[in-house]
Amino acid sequence: MIGGLFIYNHKGEVLISRVYRDDIGRNAVDAFRVNVIHARQQVRSPVTNIARTSFFHVKRSNIWLAAVTKQNVNAAMVFEFLYKMCDVMTAYFGKISEENIKNNFVLIYELLDEILDFGYPQNSETGALKTFITQQGIKSQHHTKEEQSQITSQVTGQIGWRREGIKYRRNELFLDVLESVNLLMSPQGQVLSAHVSGRVVMKSYLSGMPECKFGMNDKIVIDKQGKGGTTDDSGKSELGGSGKQSIAIDDCTFHQCVRLSKFDSERSISFIPPDGEYELMRYRTTKDIILPFRVIPLVREVGRTKLEVKVVIKSNFKPSLLAQKIEVRIPTPLNTSGVQVICMKGKAKYKASENAIVWKIKRMAGMKESQISAEIELLPTNDKKKWARPPISMNFEVPFAPSGLKVRYLKVFEPKLNYSDHDVIKWVRYIGRSGIYETRC
Amino acid sequence: MPAVSKGDGMRGLAVFISDIRNCKSKEAEIKRINKELANIRSKFKGDKALDGYSKKKYVCKLLFIFLLGHDIDFGHMEAVNLLSSNKYTEKQIGYLFISVLVNSNSELIRLINNAIKNDLSSRNPTFMCLALHCIANVGSREMAEAFAGEIPRILVAGDTMDSVKQSAALCLLRLYKTSPDLVLMGEWTSRVVHLLNDQHMGVVTAAISLITCLSQKNPDEFKTCVSLAVSRLSRIVSSASTDLQDYTYYFVPAPWLSCKLLRLLQCYPPPEDGAVKGRLVECLETILNKAQEPPKSKKVQHSNAKNAILFEAISLIIHYDSEPNLLVRACNQLGQFLQHRETNLRYLALESMCTLASSEFSHEAVKTHIETVINALKTERDVSVRQRAADLLYAMCDRSNAKQIVAEMLSYLETADYSIREEMVLKVAILAEKYAVDYSWYVDTILNLIRIAGDYVSEEVWYRVIQIVINRDDVQGYAAKTVFEALQAPACHENMVKVGGYILGEFGNLIAGDPRSSPLVQFNLLHSKFHLCSVPTRALLLSAYIKFINLFPETKSTIQEVLRSDSQIRNSDVELQQRAVEYLKLSSIASTDVLATVLEEMPPFPERESSILAKLKKKKGPGAVSVNELEEGKREGGELNGGGERGGDSSSTPSPSADLLGLRAGPPVTAAAPSAGSLLVDVFSEAGVNDDGFLSEFSRFVCKNNGVLFENQLLQIGIKSEYRQNLGRMYLFYGNKTSVQFVTFTTTLNVQAKPVEPLIEGGAQVQQVINIECLTDFSDAPLLNIKFRYGGALQNLTLKLPVTINKFFQPTEMASHDFFQRWKQLSLPQQEAQKIFKANHAMDTEVLKAKLLGLGMALLENVDPNPENFVCAGVIQTKAQQVGSLLRLEPNAQAQMYRLTVRSSKDTVSKRLCELLAEQF
Repeated sequence: MIGGLFIYNHKGEVLISRVYRDDIGRNAVDAFRVNVIHARQQVRSPVTNIARTSFFHVKRSNIWLAAVTKQNVNAAMVFEFLYKMCDVMTAYFGKISEENIKNNFVLIYELLDEILDFGYPQNSETGALKTFITQQGIKSQHHTKEEQSQITSQVTGQIGWRREGIKYRRNELFLDVLESVNLLMSPQGQVLSAHVSGRVVMKSYLSGMPECKFGMNDKIVIDKQGKGGTTDDSGKSELGGSGKQSIAIDDCTFHQCVRLSKFDSERSISFIPPDGEYELMRYRTTKDIILPFRVIPLVREVGRTKLEVKVVIKSNFKPSLLAQKIEVRIPTPLNTSGVQVICMKGKAKYKASENAIVWKIKRMAGMKESQISAEIELLPTNDKKKWARPPISMNFEVPFAPSGLKVRYLKVFEPKLNYSDHDVIKWVRYIGRSGIYETRC
Repeated sequence: MPAVSKGDGMRGLAVFISDIRNCKSKEAEIKRINKELANIRSKFKGDKALDGYSKKKYVCKLLFIFLLGHDIDFGHMEAVNLLSSNKYTEKQIGYLFISVLVNSNSELIRLINNAIKNDLSSRNPTFMCLALHCIANVGSREMAEAFAGEIPRILVAGDTMDSVKQSAALCLLRLYKTSPDLVLMGEWTSRVVHLLNDQHMGVVTAAISLITCLSQKNPDEFKTCVSLAVSRLSRIVSSASTDLQDYTYYFVPAPWLSCKLLRLLQCYPPPEDGAVKGRLVECLETILNKAQEPPKSKKVQHSNAKNAILFEAISLIIHYDSEPNLLVRACNQLGQFLQHRETNLRYLALESMCTLASSEFSHEAVKTHIETVINALKTERDVSVRQRAADLLYAMCDRSNAKQIVAEMLSYLETADYSIREEMVLKVAILAEKYAVDYSWYVDTILNLIRIAGDYVSEEVWYRVIQIVINRDDVQGYAAKTVFEALQAPACHENMVKVGGYILGEFGNLIAGDPRSSPLVQFNLLHSKFHLCSVPTRALLLSAYIKFINLFPETKSTIQEVLRSDSQIRNSDVELQQRAVEYLKLSSIASTDVLATVLEEMPPFPERESSILAKLKKKKGPGAVSVNELEEGKREGGELNGGGERGGDSSSTPSPSADLLGLRAGPPVTAAAPSAGSLLVDVFSEAGVNDDGFLSEFSRFVCKNNGVLFENQLLQIGIKSEYRQNLGRMYLFYGNKTSVQFVTFTTTLNVQAKPVEPLIEGGAQVQQVINIECLTDFSDAPLLNIKFRYGGALQNLTLKLPVTINKFFQPTEMASHDFFQRWKQLSLPQQEAQKIFKANHAMDTEVLKAKLLGLGMALLENVDPNPENFVCAGVIQTKAQQVGSLLRLEPNAQAQMYRLTVRSSKDTVSKRLCELLAEQF
């Protein structure tokens, strides 16, 4: 149970302070500032224990959000809540910045009152919150009396995330599969660790109280169906390079609207969607990951004062697809005194402030390769310390899911209103991004 | 020093610093620094040589980055290059970088040393100063190795500028502090001392710091500085405030220099030269006089400077402790400060007075301020000042004002700060004991103490009360009565219960006559506290109960009832349970006689050093009242504990509660001897200890001829001797244990001896041979006087040579009946000497035999009818006559006693032999 919640700016000044329980004193605010924000050594642990009080913090750009408690709470729950809090704030006023927080501080206190009660997290569904916490006064005038009375029944009712009586002329549905792929590779090209964490984000504009069913190429489901004799319709999608049939999902979490009992028994994902944008599920896979790029580094030290670096990147997906926003970051030694770079494609530059050569390529098709070579001049130092050779990291964006996930179907049933599954316009999009994508050199 | 001209301001640096200061976040700052570092690296790497200005600028930036907490691993070379520049600012930045960043094991150190050397030998004073500052700032051993020889030369050279001399003196001081072995003053000593005469006050001030430090290590070499310092001081003190111009600080002439001079003088004893001493006394008087003058300025700096000199002067007066007049004046001056507005002054006054109180001359003068001090204790706001006031009260306490002071301290204790309560309790306890004339007052005081601050009364305090009450018959009744009354309070401290239980258990009978404190009332009173106490106290109370059964048989059934109850006999605590069971059985089985023997009154405790004092010593850090002084006071008040009553049989009746007061020191008899000895050590000066040790060495040689006669840190004297008839030869070996040679080594004997080598090299040994002839019998051993110089100090030693009459024994064998015949012949009363004495060593037959043989007589077997006894016979050969002697030693193993009988034809010989031998067994 969270005892209090503080928001600080980068200087450690308190912007928001909301205490939920008496066991948290005013000095807790200062304790966190002194011991974490202004600490001599950078505090890396997100959980800090000061004088029998636990502080859980997350940082959004320059803003610190800290939840405080004196009890032995579930840390995962607290962080889940903090992230949710960030989402809610973003949904209300955009980027979390000092200025935005200062401008919306009445709103934030109102939100904090709503989503935490005596330290217990409450409904934090943005869509639902927006119906009754409305700082933009104009919007509330649109609600009729009837609608306002519905708010109570909705918030207290069984389906707290959707109100009744929503009507759209066009029933439309957007589905995004967003993945980030993480990799650590040895200089010889051996994968040391790799995983994909993905999210399925939906935006639904559907009338009434529709019942949806979402299907993907989950290995368990496919295997079951394979036994049943139904063939899968993978021909519909044309993603990925491997064309594999099904993926093994290591773990997943769902939005509260998904019926978990049904998932547990039949492994089918059925739900009544909230109105607007929401994250349907989150998942993680570690097996059979399609690595969109391969980085081949070659570092040669020429004497004490020179270093030659050659890096080749190879794209490893269908030639018809285009990767975007490719950026390769090659770290340079701390005693670099000059750099010459030659690259075949894109632009490369030595960024002294970051101690790295940054190579940017706008677009790159699949099954291609590109190369950069750099000569680094070094200043001899009296330190005998050897350069630690940090890994080369990479950023990119590709239009497929590196985990191999494919959406098989998304069916909509609305028995009360007369529109069928075929009347709903559905959009599906796959985006694979790099997480921490590193190759040692 | 050249002023920094406008063109020297480094714009790039200013921009960089303002950029960093404007950074919003740490990340931004790191980015900016990385960018700058890359820029500097490329500049340093660049092929074209940098000019001095940009080098300076970049080195400055690096220094700034380093001071922000980032690692800098390049740029050292450029900084070293700056050292050889001719521009002041560039050189300065170079030195700055080096003293901050270059560590001593860097490869560049040779280059740096070279540059420093160049600057030192340049004629430019600012460059010399820069170099000296750099040496002092780095101050490493390597620097000392490289420059320790150079700097004294600069310091004393005639043509060195004053400012350089100043820097050189301080630089040398720094090097001396880091590696004293490398800075050898030797030849420079006198010239450094003469810096005190320098025209320039700054040089004097710097030099005096150096001299003070050096003279603390080897005071003899710098002895000459005393008279110089005195004359310098008198010139400053007597000068008008305007004379010294720049060195007058708020109308006080050269306050820093004066303080340092006074501090230097505190390293030495009072000057022996009358004129110098007179001048110094005059100075001190002037300083005291000046303190009386109205202030010339209202500024706080003026009074601070004046008081600093005054306090330094007072500590010098205290240090000398030989001028009663000055001491009293100082005391009066401090007395004025006791009521000053400034808290700091009051604190300092109290602190200095504490030391003054220990001087015999000013003790009385300090005592006159008692009211003020008591007032300070009550009203002072600052706890540290109150603490000093308490210390002073303690220090000024003597027999005349003890009652008042103890009463005041007790009343203060009620409101005292928790941090000093325990110390206060100990002090009150000690003062009460030390100056107790009237023991009922003592008992009252301690009981009051327990009542007021029971939690802070340590075990030692109440142990001590009981010891004293038990040792003094006259207070026992009063103590019992007072304790009884004190226990009647509804809530009393556990320590009070302990004292009460013990005293009533011992002396409850003394007040039992009064119906108000009849035995049963006493018991009920004690037992009403029983359940509120901790286990050890309960155990003590149980012991008190069984003593009650002995004292008052009428309470037996009640007490047995209590002991029998489940809460005692089945107590979960083993100790309590055991006591309950044992006492119950003891009371029901044993007859009254047995009970009376077992539960006899506790015997008096052996005299020993007050454990409270030891506790206080342990508690007190530096700055406390000198413990020695107390120790002496303790000796005065020693009779308090009935010193004569030291009972050897005090351990003979182990009472159940004796262990409670055994004080963790083993059986009382053995504890008594060493502690009495340690008291002796504390009280007598070190010389006494020396003497002591030497005596025992001497007696060891009665029964042996070879060994080590004397040993201290400097010298070891070995001895080897042989005797034939009335002649003897003794070899003395003088070993020098130090690494320095002893000069003018002479020995004089009150008998004639061959002269010895006047020089003993360090670690070497010289030998001296002494021929001895025994003319007639004697009792005093010859004295050997040894004189030599070690370092500067003259050492003087007087030793007794281990030549005793028994050395000239010729053993005589004889049969049993011969022996007894001769024994009877020597039957005149003056011919016999007899001694009965306690054994000092274990009674081992073999050891005894060896000792008797070593004596030189023949040990006769099978002569005495009792095989335990030893019989010896011998003739002492002197030139004048032969003295036949017979000896009989009868050991008694049970009593650990000996009876020694010596009969010889000459009465003085018998006596002497008997004396010598009695110490041996």
